[in-house]
Amino acid sequence: MMSATLDQIQTGVQFLSADEAVKKIPKAASIMVGGFGFPGMPRHLSRALVEQTDIDELTLIMNSLGSVSTLNALFEQNRIKKVIGSFFSTNKDLVKAYREGKVEIELLPQGTLTEAIRLGGAGIPAFFTPTAAGTDLAKGKETRVINGREHVLEHSLTADVAIIRAHKADKAGNLVYRKTAQNFNPAMATAAKLTIVEVDEIVEIGELNPDEIMTPFIFVDIVVKREEV
Amino acid sequence: MSGSVKHYIAWRCAQELQSGVVNLGIGIPTLVADYLPKGLVTLHSENGILGVGPEPDPNEFVVDPESIELVNASGVQPITALPHASYFDSSLSFTIMRGGHLDATVIGALQVSETGDLASWAVPGKDVLGVGGAMDLVIGAKRVIAAMSHLSPKGEPKILPECTYPLTAKNRVDTIVTEYAVFKFREGRMYLVEMVDEISLEQLKEMTPASYEVAEDLKVVKRESIGDPVLV
Repeated sequence: MMSATLDQIQTGVQFLSADEAVKKIPKAASIMVGGFGFPGMPRHLSRALVEQTDIDELTLIMNSLGSVSTLNALFEQNRIKKVIGSFFSTNKDLVKAYREGKVEIELLPQGTLTEAIRLGGAGIPAFFTPTAAGTDLAKGKETRVINGREHVLEHSLTADVAIIRAHKADKAGNLVYRKTAQNFNPAMATAAKLTIVEVDEIVEIGELNPDEIMTPFIFVDIVVKREEV
Repeated sequence: MSGSVKHYIAWRCAQELQSGVVNLGIGIPTLVADYLPKGLVTLHSENGILGVGPEPDPNEFVVDPESIELVNASGVQPITALPHASYFDSSLSFTIMRGGHLDATVIGALQVSETGDLASWAVPGKDVLGVGGAMDLVIGAKRVIAAMSHLSPKGEPKILPECTYPLTAKNRVDTIVTEYAVFKFREGRMYLVEMVDEISLEQLKEMTPASYEVAEDLKVVKRESIGDPVLV
């Protein structure tokens, strides 16, 4: 049987600064951004994306944008082409860009959004959900009656990049989250070609209990430690 | 709508919820938590917690957007967790909701129709840029309790033959609670089951264009103060 000592283990996960990490994001990328309100929002990576890159024609896939977001400058700078998510009503910069015809918005029910990301990561391209049947959000979508109930066909979501946040990573790239800061982050980690995670703390391999690891390193490409700002 | 009216509606909704797991929407539904039987009802929040506790003392808790980890479904309001709480990601949270595991939800409503259609998320003629988790919540919960003022701020009826605003879901409302009345849907028909004694049946009908039947066991209650309506 194969064995390996601590100093032999290499998972290929890179450990970079936020500035180095966001430079890996290609132009016109689709980017999943974790978070639900404040908790779980990758604020360092968002700031670095705004300040350290000039890529544009971006598509953002994220649950919501609050009234104050570290990503707002992207709308002011016309760097966003499309936003896919569930709640954008309270972000003035996005609403303004939408009204001026500069940004396309695709609205999905929150549970449809999270399931679309989960199944995108799981290799299942579409699914039927009862959510939104008979509403404006089902307009133009295929429907089917299953078990006597109307369902809407929704397509799964994948992305070029996910920028997410976790509480801890070990030096293999395994992740744990805390409290309500999990939200969309674990699913997004699975659904992107390049997953970049910012963490509060990086610990040695073996310090995380394998039973408690919530995102195994196979879904992680780059880990960034949050620095004090 | 005055504060006491909102609290009355919230209190009355809480009387419907004596046990189980419940998700409370934003607005009046949030106030329902204050009137639930302690320990018997567990609250779920779609951002990933089962076992929501009270808000922390604002004097002792400073919200730091960089580090806060425990909030309600507003995404910004800090909460606490009860001793039996668990945390989970959005996929599991919506498995709880859409999968039919919640005993009930209390949700604000712009309009409800006589067939139990709910309109709660969009107003015609305005940009519609947010839906959140309302559609999944209403499609999955075993009971949907619509907590609403009987009339709009302009005095227009909200309980109608058909909703004129965009729907959140069709045929999903189980109970309507307003400051004047409680309606229940039984086998596809809408029944008036409770009303306050300060108005007549005719006055209620004028405010309520939906067609409904008056339940045989209609209760007429006095809306004196929150937590203490008296049967007359």
